Amino acid sequence: MTSSLEQAQASTPEAGLSAVGVAGSKPQVPPHVPLSVAARRWAIFLLLLVQLVGFTFAQPAFLTAANLLSVLQAVSVVAILGAGVTVTMAVGGFDLSIGAVAASNVMAASYAMVVWGLGAVETVLLVLLFGIVIGLINALLIVRLRIPDLLATLAINFLLTGLQLIPTAGRSIATGLILPDGSSATGSFVAGFLAIGRAHVFGILPLPVLLMLVVVALLYVLTEHTRFGRLFFAVGGNELAARLAGAPTQRLRLGAYVISATLASIGGLIVAARVGRGDVSSGASLLLDSVAAALIGYAVLNMRRPNVLGTAVGAVFVGILLNGLTMLNAPYYAQDFVKGAVLVGALALTYGLGRRPA
Amino acid sequence: MNPTTAASTTQVRLAARGIVKSFGPTQALDGVDLEVRSGEILALMGANGAGKSTLVNILAGVLAPDQGTITLNGAAYLPRSPRNAVAAGIATVHQSTDRIGAAGLTTADALLLDRFASRQSPLFLSRRSVRRQAEAIIARAGISLPLDRDFGDLGPADRQLVAIARAISADASVLILDEPTASLSQTEAARLFDLLTELKVRGLAIIYISHRLSDLATLADQAVVLRGGQIVYDATRPIDFTAAVTAMIGRPLAHAHAIARNIAHEVVFRLRQARLGPDTAPIDLDLHAGEVVAITGPLGAGKSRLLKTIFGLHPFASGSMELDSRSYAPGGPAQAIAAGVVLAGEDRHRTSFLPADWPGGTIAGTISLPYLPRWFPHGWLRREVEDSAAEAGIRRLGIRASGPCATLDTLSGGNQQKVVLARWQAEPARLLLLDEPFQGVDVGARADIIAAIRDNRQSATLIATSDTEEALEIADRIFTLEHHRLRPWAGDNLLPAGPTGRSEVA
Repeated sequence: MTSSLEQAQASTPEAGLSAVGVAGSKPQVPPHVPLSVAARRWAIFLLLLVQLVGFTFAQPAFLTAANLLSVLQAVSVVAILGAGVTVTMAVGGFDLSIGAVAASNVMAASYAMVVWGLGAVETVLLVLLFGIVIGLINALLIVRLRIPDLLATLAINFLLTGLQLIPTAGRSIATGLILPDGSSATGSFVAGFLAIGRAHVFGILPLPVLLMLVVVALLYVLTEHTRFGRLFFAVGGNELAARLAGAPTQRLRLGAYVISATLASIGGLIVAARVGRGDVSSGASLLLDSVAAALIGYAVLNMRRPNVLGTAVGAVFVGILLNGLTMLNAPYYAQDFVKGAVLVGALALTYGLGRRPA
Repeated sequence: MNPTTAASTTQVRLAARGIVKSFGPTQALDGVDLEVRSGEILALMGANGAGKSTLVNILAGVLAPDQGTITLNGAAYLPRSPRNAVAAGIATVHQSTDRIGAAGLTTADALLLDRFASRQSPLFLSRRSVRRQAEAIIARAGISLPLDRDFGDLGPADRQLVAIARAISADASVLILDEPTASLSQTEAARLFDLLTELKVRGLAIIYISHRLSDLATLADQAVVLRGGQIVYDATRPIDFTAAVTAMIGRPLAHAHAIARNIAHEVVFRLRQARLGPDTAPIDLDLHAGEVVAITGPLGAGKSRLLKTIFGLHPFASGSMELDSRSYAPGGPAQAIAAGVVLAGEDRHRTSFLPADWPGGTIAGTISLPYLPRWFPHGWLRREVEDSAAEAGIRRLGIRASGPCATLDTLSGGNQQKVVLARWQAEPARLLLLDEPFQGVDVGARADIIAAIRDNRQSATLIATSDTEEALEIADRIFTLEHHRLRPWAGDNLLPAGPTGRSEVA
């Protein structure tokens, strides 16, 4: 038995330079959440509410089911890609290749249907397989060759951006495409494939939105409620500790990159089906948008770490802001600026203001 | 007595009066008076959370006191920043020496790092001038260091010397050392003690913080014990350390030596002709159920490597292992854990803990991490399973925490180490490997941990420690590992070779 005096003493951790916060100084008292922390936790939701009220006030057409669903449809691809990045961030990595994976899969899907004349199912399977292979290549570079995550995936991003141009000699893919050998492609986008981007469930819910909801729900459960998610975070939080606890760290990192590339391929499928042609510039802003969503997600509920729900909220937050501003006739060229400003604000909230008192 | 020493001992270098500091509702320091005289080593003692770090941080300019005054060499001293404190003559050498330099810099660069950062440094540096200045610095400190070696390749002992040499070159009159021997072997510690004695003779005032009583007994001229933010014990030589420890933990220390006991004959683990390297001596070792065996030896002798090899992180160059009379050859930690061999690594922050904000950063998450596949075979996490395992550990080991969801950064070092132990006792193991389990653990928590380890009668425990005193306190048998050769400990060199001979001369 320890004496009560020593207990009282031992319960007060040394307050000092370390990150030991004041909140930790009195473990016996139920944690009291100061107003500033609560404000940080709900900041994104408060701002979201302000946006909704403000835009509705300025433009009544904003708050209609059709408009809000169109916002969700617009952000669905970014949210799906962002969920993938989030998983790679959980293992302590960063997948910068997702934009190019999605874009090159737009081209791959188009090429499969237009040039090879494949059907919807074969095309989807081919694209998913392509995604898995790229995920494995990323994992090979990172896990086996030990190239730092950012560098490996940036290089693959570069490589794929170039690769997608080669089969068509840099041309976009549509029926009648002149191939490098002089013949013209006779296939076309099949209706079953186009449905991925254009169909509505129950006549109202766009299929991409449903896909987004399914992907986000699945990944949320995977990362937050299963042991695989816990192990992902263990690898990202302290790889040595995870390894010494018997976790298969290399397989976990491989898994994260395969998940990320597969989700990016699904994003590519949606884009291809929505646009209905293999546009060489279709993936241009996807990478930055989904990385931004994942980083804004850090600020959601003041999580200060990658989290799938936060990523989805981040994507929707930016989507609503852009939609509202567009309705208020803000110029399209200001969009990237707005996204950047939101990201800077969210990061400041997470890192600067959210830091625990020293 | 040397006349210069005698003259300078009367001079008060640093005096703090009525220092008060609180963090929110927590009173970290409650009216602390402290005097350090030139040519004296003051031992600052206290359990984790007693206020030592707060006091040091105030002296080092990291924190400002709420109340109280400090004078340095007779003048008012009110540092606004750590840099300010160094400029005034108070240098602090922290326990972690990673921040002193970086891999890619040479030792000479690391010695001059603070000069590079100051505005006095010339814009262009020649290799020769850097070397010349570095040589001057180590000559002044009276030490030798491999100046051209990469800082990343230096051991902790040399890194510490770099920090001390830098402090001396900055004309420090007060030197604060926080757990300087935590990662040093006995030979390295002895070298440090020689240096400190030398600095003392030169008139520096030294504040020395340590949990190691043998260090303090060797060095201290005065001992001050903090408890609950107040000074509860203050004595000059001869210092009664038993009284000091009693004041520090609020009760007498039960016993310093493990009580001899009967050990079952059941052999749990057997090492046969195992060689750590192709050319090293073979090691034979039998561990029995309920037995605690400690391996001591200097840093780099292969203690950690032996434990890691048994845990499956490296293969033995040759030889074999048996666990419960069956051949045991793990391909990695996962297989070792499945077989019942578990390792609590050195430096718990690096080897066991996840960041506080992340999933798994709580007590419950730390304990459950190795058992996730076993406890949740279908993948779905059930918080109540983790929490009840954590609660059991908290109760069994007397962990002071708000509950299973407390993050590790809110715990004191001793309680953190108890969490590590609770993890590896959460499921029955056959062999428990502990690498330096008492780093940064205060005396009170140490006694609890020792009791918990020795109460475990099912499995064998193998402990690597560079501190013979710790080994004596916990182990049924002690071995020394030197140059990869394992020998029964002969009972010699109990205390680190201290500077006693030198002080007689002085």
